[in-house]
Amino acid sequence: MHNHDQALIFESSTPGRIGYSLPEMDVQELDLVSLLPEGYIREEEAELPEVSELDIMRHYTALSKRNHGLDSGFYPLGSCTMKYNPKINENVARYNGFAHVHPLQDESSVQGALGLLYDLQEHLIEITGMDEVTLQSAAGAHGEWTGLMLIRAYHEANGDMKRTKVIVPDSAHGTNPASATIAGFDTITVKSTDKGLVDLEDLRRVVGEDTAALMLTNPNTLGLFEEEILEIAEIVHQAGGKVYYDGANLNAVLSKARPGDMGFDVVHLNLHKTFTGPHGGGGPGSGPVGVKADLIPFLPKPIISKRGEEFVLDYDRPQSIGRVKPFYGNFGINVRAYTYIRSMGPDGLKAVTEYAVLNANYMMRRLAEHYDLPFDKHCKHEFVLSGKRQKKLGVRTLDIAKRLLDFGYHPPTIYFPLNVEECIMIEPTETESKETLDSFVDIMIQIAKEAEENPEIVQEAPHTTVVGRLDETLAARKPILKYQKN
Amino acid sequence: MKHRYLPMTEEDKRAMLDTIGVSSIDELFSDIPEKVRFKGEYKIKAAKSETALMKELFMLADRNADLKRNVSFLGAGVYDHYMPVIVDHVISRSEFYTAYTPYQPEISQGELQAIFEFQTMICELTGMDVANSSMYDGGTALAEAAMLSAGHTKRKTILVSSAVHPEYRDVLKTYAKGQYLEVVEVPVKDGVTDVEVLKELVNDDVAAVIVQYPNFFGRIEPLKEVEEITHASKGLFVVNSNPLSLGLLTPPGKFGADIVIGDAQVFGIPTAFGGPHCGYFAVTNKLMRKVPGRLVGQTVDDQGRRGFVLTLQAREQHIRREKATSNICSNQALNALAASVAMTALGKKGVREMAAANLQKAHYAKTAFKEAGFEVVYDGHSFNEFVVKLNKPVKEINQQLLQKGMIGGYDLGRDYPALANHMLIAVTEQRTKEEIDTFVKELGDLHA
Repeated sequence: MHNHDQALIFESSTPGRIGYSLPEMDVQELDLVSLLPEGYIREEEAELPEVSELDIMRHYTALSKRNHGLDSGFYPLGSCTMKYNPKINENVARYNGFAHVHPLQDESSVQGALGLLYDLQEHLIEITGMDEVTLQSAAGAHGEWTGLMLIRAYHEANGDMKRTKVIVPDSAHGTNPASATIAGFDTITVKSTDKGLVDLEDLRRVVGEDTAALMLTNPNTLGLFEEEILEIAEIVHQAGGKVYYDGANLNAVLSKARPGDMGFDVVHLNLHKTFTGPHGGGGPGSGPVGVKADLIPFLPKPIISKRGEEFVLDYDRPQSIGRVKPFYGNFGINVRAYTYIRSMGPDGLKAVTEYAVLNANYMMRRLAEHYDLPFDKHCKHEFVLSGKRQKKLGVRTLDIAKRLLDFGYHPPTIYFPLNVEECIMIEPTETESKETLDSFVDIMIQIAKEAEENPEIVQEAPHTTVVGRLDETLAARKPILKYQKN
Repeated sequence: MKHRYLPMTEEDKRAMLDTIGVSSIDELFSDIPEKVRFKGEYKIKAAKSETALMKELFMLADRNADLKRNVSFLGAGVYDHYMPVIVDHVISRSEFYTAYTPYQPEISQGELQAIFEFQTMICELTGMDVANSSMYDGGTALAEAAMLSAGHTKRKTILVSSAVHPEYRDVLKTYAKGQYLEVVEVPVKDGVTDVEVLKELVNDDVAAVIVQYPNFFGRIEPLKEVEEITHASKGLFVVNSNPLSLGLLTPPGKFGADIVIGDAQVFGIPTAFGGPHCGYFAVTNKLMRKVPGRLVGQTVDDQGRRGFVLTLQAREQHIRREKATSNICSNQALNALAASVAMTALGKKGVREMAAANLQKAHYAKTAFKEAGFEVVYDGHSFNEFVVKLNKPVKEINQQLLQKGMIGGYDLGRDYPALANHMLIAVTEQRTKEEIDTFVKELGDLHA
């Protein structure tokens, strides 16, 4: 261990210290040997740390200081919608009646929870323009897989067994093809045009009687609205396929366009993006799935329904794809999303998208002189730059990202989408002020100048973080995946 | 409109529109074709002020019978356990909860190190070599274990014990359909997996045998026998395990498990009406490069300082795309952090003491039920749950118990028709002797 290294909690452990306070042991304790079978009582204790409560708090406080969150500073990570996480959401999700209810209690004792979920469904139905929504999927990728399983069940119910292929654009998130594989489909890629949109000719070429679905993000991962969306949907529908909406970029179109009106049959949303469930350092998320009427019979079990004034869990769904998750989804995240929607209201949600798009276009225009702009038209909530010009000077996009760390920014998404060279993908969101956007743009401009005048300072960045660039090759070649006592 | 989450002023807006070179925000949406443009506003509820909304939602939450005001004997995979108060203080630090996945390691060392510690603790408890950074929950972790097994062995049949959580089995069946796997359930005999039937069912197409430890009825499965049968046919041995119980029980790794999965909700994570909880996934070294999800590894920076990074990413969906063997991306990072804090607070001594308290209190309750004249079904070595036979529908009894501030056990008849009127009762360290005695008495009165 290096002198300046942050200690692991195991390295701070001292035998004899405790950090817990268990309830009193008020029943007679019997000999464990009489209670468990021979050979099933643990012989070696699990080497968990032995630390006091203050030790724990100091440890995690130290770790938190080595972590950049959205509350620490600007986080323009493209396609991730790093908007402010309202604090009211956290309070509401911790109400005893939400945080401390058991999923298997009698329905009559959880009417508040079921009522909230039902109303959230109703809100999401209106927002997406779909006919029904399930809140069961735990995250975006889980929602994708759920949606594709619904499409598969639909085709099979029609006796249409040849539909084995899912089409995705070359700009798609990696989860799209991966979800297709897990749902049992093969993936075909459809090309983008030089304008960054789906190539309709190529789409006509690849669709056919084996097409199960086309998966599309709109606006796409370049931040561009697929203007020919109705024609795209028509081509796929004509071929007998379904059109799937990846809701990662819904923040761009709230109150402006609804997936259900664009010809989509299935959508998933990322409540931890558009609807402010916090990202939590990588989850938990929530990935509700909305469908058009012809897919409702296949939705996962159970469905939350209303019978008179009572909310019930309906398991009587003979055509359902089955269960996709134990219980009813990531309820705690759904509570946060519901609180957010109710804090914004219809006019608030409309303003969200308007400002998200205004902010992105403003930044794009201010940066256009200094970085290559591969698609020069109004963007939606995010845009991509290319670091091609800087690359010729020996400064790669990765270097630019690392240099941003020196100024207290989380860098944009880089090297994605794959169809843009040295890609830099910026999504500011609506919750950032003009001052924040200007400061970030100024630094981006400064870095572009540094690339010309003093490239080493960019190439060697970061200079101010607690660790420098880490040896990822070493990590993969000789994996150390847990603490080992010396 | 003005809103506390939206900082732009009219002046800002005008200056920005000037820079962009348009006269209105509407122009920025001119690429949305008229035909698909949504006009007007959503027909949803109007916004409420902070105070009014908090009041409304507080009242809504209050309509639920919560585990703070009621005494719970309900488990079945989700438990009312000791939650060290410090857990919520740590996960409320917004450097953790407002961060994205740690893709920029230089400014994410806190999260990465916390996950590395989580991986270590899960390995310690399960007796396995490698653990990932979390899964959605125990159920989807189990399904992923089945898919890993099928991919690794190139076999297509999954044998799953009927004493595995019914909802986990349901999730498994849904995933199996996507992967064209056949799921065969192994029956239960006397409350544990019937090893004689298992012997007959294993063959050279069996990718995995999956059991739960302790099983859905609370019983300790004979892992030794199941391991021998499984490995004799060269399938993978998968154990779904309550990690708290492993503070006391011999870990599945010691019995030769290839994959151990489960849910860490037992460590500091609220029941939250079923989620978010925290799946975990642990394997032997041999399967390290086939683990789904994220892994954090230790490395050094250019000055030799220790640091942590996401590693072995060549397995993952964003690299492998359609060749990926799992599509998981977001997981349950914040809940893994919560579980880490709880495991740290309990530590080496506390985790064993808490597991033992569950065992002792549940045993006390089981004995009390027997002494009160109840039939305990599937009686035998168990952890913190057991089955009691009633003479009335469980639902009916539970509704009456609720009137007395008690949340009764799980209605086994929902999943096991032969066990209609049988209640699965969970007794954790949280229950006092007095609460247990009252519960037995009340149930006795309702039963009479």
